[in-house]
Amino acid sequence: MNYLDFEKPLAEIEGKAEELRALARQNKGMDVEKEAAALDKKAEQLLRDLYKDLTPWRKCQVARHPDRPHCKDYIDALFTEWTPLAGDRNFAEDLAVMGGLARLDDKPVVVIGHEKGHDTKTRIERNFGMARPEGYRKAIRLMDLADRFGLPVVTLIDTPGAYPGKGAEERGQSEAIARSTQTCLRLRVPMVTVVIGEGGSGGAVAFATANRVLMLEHAIYSVISPEGCASILWKDAEKMREAAEALRLTAQDLMKLGVIDAIVPEPVGGAQRDRAATITAVGKAIGKALGELSGKSGDKLVADRRRKFLDMGARGLAA
Amino acid sequence: MNWISNYVRPTINSLFSRRETPENLWTKCPECGTMLFHRELKDNLNVCTSCDHHMPIRPRARFERLFDGGIFTEVPVPAPIPDPLGFRDQKKYPDRMKAAQKATAEKEAMLVAEGEMGRTPIVAAAQDFDFMAGSMGMYVGNAMVAAAERAVQKKRPLIVFTAAGGARMQEGILSLMQMPRTTVAVEMLKEARLPYITVLTHPTTGGVTASYAMLGDVQIAEPQALICFAGPRVIEQTIREKLPEGFQRAEYLLDHGMLDRVTHRKKLREELILITRMLMRATPPVAGDLPAPPPSAAPAAPAAGTAPA
Repeated sequence: MNYLDFEKPLAEIEGKAEELRALARQNKGMDVEKEAAALDKKAEQLLRDLYKDLTPWRKCQVARHPDRPHCKDYIDALFTEWTPLAGDRNFAEDLAVMGGLARLDDKPVVVIGHEKGHDTKTRIERNFGMARPEGYRKAIRLMDLADRFGLPVVTLIDTPGAYPGKGAEERGQSEAIARSTQTCLRLRVPMVTVVIGEGGSGGAVAFATANRVLMLEHAIYSVISPEGCASILWKDAEKMREAAEALRLTAQDLMKLGVIDAIVPEPVGGAQRDRAATITAVGKAIGKALGELSGKSGDKLVADRRRKFLDMGARGLAA
Repeated sequence: MNWISNYVRPTINSLFSRRETPENLWTKCPECGTMLFHRELKDNLNVCTSCDHHMPIRPRARFERLFDGGIFTEVPVPAPIPDPLGFRDQKKYPDRMKAAQKATAEKEAMLVAEGEMGRTPIVAAAQDFDFMAGSMGMYVGNAMVAAAERAVQKKRPLIVFTAAGGARMQEGILSLMQMPRTTVAVEMLKEARLPYITVLTHPTTGGVTASYAMLGDVQIAEPQALICFAGPRVIEQTIREKLPEGFQRAEYLLDHGMLDRVTHRKKLREELILITRMLMRATPPVAGDLPAPPPSAAPAAPAAGTAPA
């Protein structure tokens, strides 16, 4: 279990309970269960309190938690017949973006998502979920494929942002992102997006321009990272707490602003505490959203999606 | 001595300094250091007369030289709700807005206008880097949508001059949502089969580059303009190596296939006339000096014979 800094008191209590139980296993006849159970209860209460009203910055930490389920976990658990499709047909295969064919409740769909990786090796392979132009161009190719064969598109967003690298710029990072957003807007099939962790700026929008945009309870979605914003506006990257507050990047604020359509609740203590339950809840939410969109004509799906984004921001937080 | 140094000298100094070098009469070229007289610089479209360095040019000044006889009509842009997030960093967002409005005498960071360019009716939009770094928020989104709607309604090409530090952080997620929103505007033009031409000027970065700037039917940049998604400083911090000379400049992007042309500001108008007229399948432009339009003529009225097929 990886604890976040604000979970330290919790780590202490849970650690103590664990110690007691370990002691009891070594010395038969020692009865610690009552004491340990009391500690468990205390920990549970503390967890509930901590997560009841997470500050925006704590949400950022939870959204980036290494134990949080990632795109690959959702694909493995929710979809059947997963068939990854690779490459942008121009330059390379980008492992920061997963994409392919799969079935959701037996119905074929195209799945696209950012994958951050779960250990040093896979994180480097996946470039920490930061896509290069090839990743977006692969997504464009797969969305076109879905469009031609009438398959709904499901995207899972979890990226710190598009990769700021020399090669990425030379090969047209901006153009790839712009074209990917444009492709989303042209799809004549239903498109559903779930922000499962970090929705980092343009790198997220590129395949989050969907008919339905859902967000996990503690996920974040922002124009810039709080650290980046702090270093520009406060001239001090350490002011990320203030920046996170000001940016309104939580699912709750985005719901008020009309930027997202629904919040998928997370288990107490965040997705990382009960990965299976989180994945199931996300699966149900995707199924529901796709159900609402099925039967709509291509024209209607395109027109609705455009209207949705044209109307965005017409009301502020006051609404 | 006292009387001279405390009274006479300051008086003389103030008299002379006021008379001889009022502010803004001379501009120093940031590239070659030449002192340029303001009238000369203005006549040269803010391009240095000695080294051809392109300095920023404000939307109004640009439009005055783009449209025939400097005549254009502003296209109204719906005002968004002010400060949608109640944003506050070290300053309040409404205070920053007021300061920018005062400093620039403009409402916001984009100006939309219609009129004729070489007798070709067009709609044009230009971003104002002097206004909060030209940043894209709700207003710029509204301006792009208004420009596209007007172009579609009147069946005219749209030319957009971009210049921006990126999305406006003070509008948070709503500024990010202008990326898909402005893309919807571009889609309106594409669907109506109307030319959409982007002119990328220094600097065009971030969310602006990664949306409407890079979706032009034709993409032209001004010489030496910085055009990028991530800025050079961010990249250097990420990859920890020095970037090559001229990286992310217009000429570099041209070499890498990201642009159609890099064009000197003084040749830009002529080129835009040629391109829009060909794309609209209009007759070749009239050679030589065009007669000045009569002062009473409504600038928005399309000239006969140039209506799109």
